[in-house]
Amino acid sequence: MLFELLGVPPQALFAQLLIGLVNGSFYAALSLGLAVIFGMLNIINFAHGALYMAGAFVAWMLLHHFGIPFWASLVLSPLIVAVFGMALERVLLSRLYHLDHIYGLLATFGLVLLIEGTFRQLYGVSGRGYPTPEVLKGGWNLGFMFLPNYRAFVLVAALAVCFGAWFFIERTRIGSYLRAGTENARLLQAFGVNVPRMMTLTFGLGVALAAFTGVLAAPIYQVHPLMGFNIIIIVFAVVVVGGMGSILGAIVTGLALGVAEGFTRVFYPEASATVIFVIMAVVLLIRPQGLFGRR
Amino acid sequence: MPPEAQASAAAAMPALEVTDLDAHYGESQVLHGMSFSIDNCEVVTLLGRNGAGKSTALMALMGMTPPQRRGSVKLRGHELIDLPSHRIARLGLGYVPEERGIYASLTTEENLLLPPVVREGGMSVEEIYRIFPNLRERAASQGTKLSGGEQQMLAIGRILRTGAHTLLLDEPTEGLAPVIVQQIGAVINQLKSRGYTILLVEQNFQFAATVADRHYVVEDGRVVDEIPNDQLEANQSKLRDYLAM
Repeated sequence: MLFELLGVPPQALFAQLLIGLVNGSFYAALSLGLAVIFGMLNIINFAHGALYMAGAFVAWMLLHHFGIPFWASLVLSPLIVAVFGMALERVLLSRLYHLDHIYGLLATFGLVLLIEGTFRQLYGVSGRGYPTPEVLKGGWNLGFMFLPNYRAFVLVAALAVCFGAWFFIERTRIGSYLRAGTENARLLQAFGVNVPRMMTLTFGLGVALAAFTGVLAAPIYQVHPLMGFNIIIIVFAVVVVGGMGSILGAIVTGLALGVAEGFTRVFYPEASATVIFVIMAVVLLIRPQGLFGRR
Repeated sequence: MPPEAQASAAAAMPALEVTDLDAHYGESQVLHGMSFSIDNCEVVTLLGRNGAGKSTALMALMGMTPPQRRGSVKLRGHELIDLPSHRIARLGLGYVPEERGIYASLTTEENLLLPPVVREGGMSVEEIYRIFPNLRERAASQGTKLSGGEQQMLAIGRILRTGAHTLLLDEPTEGLAPVIVQQIGAVINQLKSRGYTILLVEQNFQFAATVADRHYVVEDGRVVDEIPNDQLEANQSKLRDYLAM
């Protein structure tokens, strides 16, 4: 039998495949937001991970202080974080659009320190648990593996949001404004489209996506001030591998690298933390614009 | 004022009145006190050499930044100089950029539907397809897969939907075959008869002569001469000097 040949029990393999897919769907949702923000605003949003963390924390605070359950938080937290993000865009980021990328990167890196520092100050560095919603506790024994309900839900929800975003951008009228703005915003504005407002809303959309992912992650990982920092580095690698040009590319690359990471954890655990960066280095050598990048 | 009086007052003032327009990219100034005006339903060209500032003038009228601009631009009496370009477009100024500005990530039809309708009186998509039948056949193609001529038709077609009454066309004949140039000329004449006001940037004055009422000659970022179209023949040699042909 194949599994005996590989020397790996199937349960372990499929469990890691599932974890890989769940992580991959998080990478996909985050790198998609990064790509959309970079395309429209010309800002490399280093604070994307911090806003993902803020999404998880806001959900925790809503539950802890106001007794607001997971399902409401799944909508409320992204809204709250998006409003905060849009205020940031108006006050700070909108002043950087005409400058080199490095300024946006540095400014958003500063934001990371501020946001994460604030949460560390308020809540310390130890993680806080977030209970799995009651209806999604337990799981299915599929014979070859145990499928926890919540993880199955997270995978479906994250992918649904990713493909929803893809459909919105690639197939709708408002999405055509976004694509046009990414290509030539100055001309789009000369046609009568309020491009500054569009940029604010685009940032809000990307940030809401990050916060939504954060809420999904809360019951799986602990809610922790540094949870965003750990993931954003990987997400940047995903963006480099996928290339900035394509929404679908971001989704596919995110999932694929999540799975690659999961499998590496089974076969050669020592490399699981670095495999994505090894892939990134190889892609940079062979195809510098990324697998799906346009140039 | 009652609406008719307002309309007649609007008709009495120039469609576009440009006074002492300066424009610069950073340190380098391109327009130096450019002044000219266009009446309603007129077709007027800016003729001049490469680098004279014709395209910059259109961008400055449109409020696109860069360039930075100073001076006065009035569209039917509305001062535009301090408005952002999306507000200017919404007052009825339509822009066809040099190089056409067709979006590669949009299909032909998406390109056509991209500029929002800014006021009543624009053409329907059906009417635009009747003027440019090629575009209907290519509706689902990627915008930049069209031929140069088709792209130019798309660039003109997409601002006819918006209800803009004053059109700025930047070298619509550049790089096109003579047959297509003729077709574009016919469309401009058709638009004129429908009551559009058109400011055309051209280097090809043979073409300009077939569509325009008047010509302004641009040199070093200012208007240096004005020639009515019926005196173009008489001014041929002067014009050749201006354009250094």
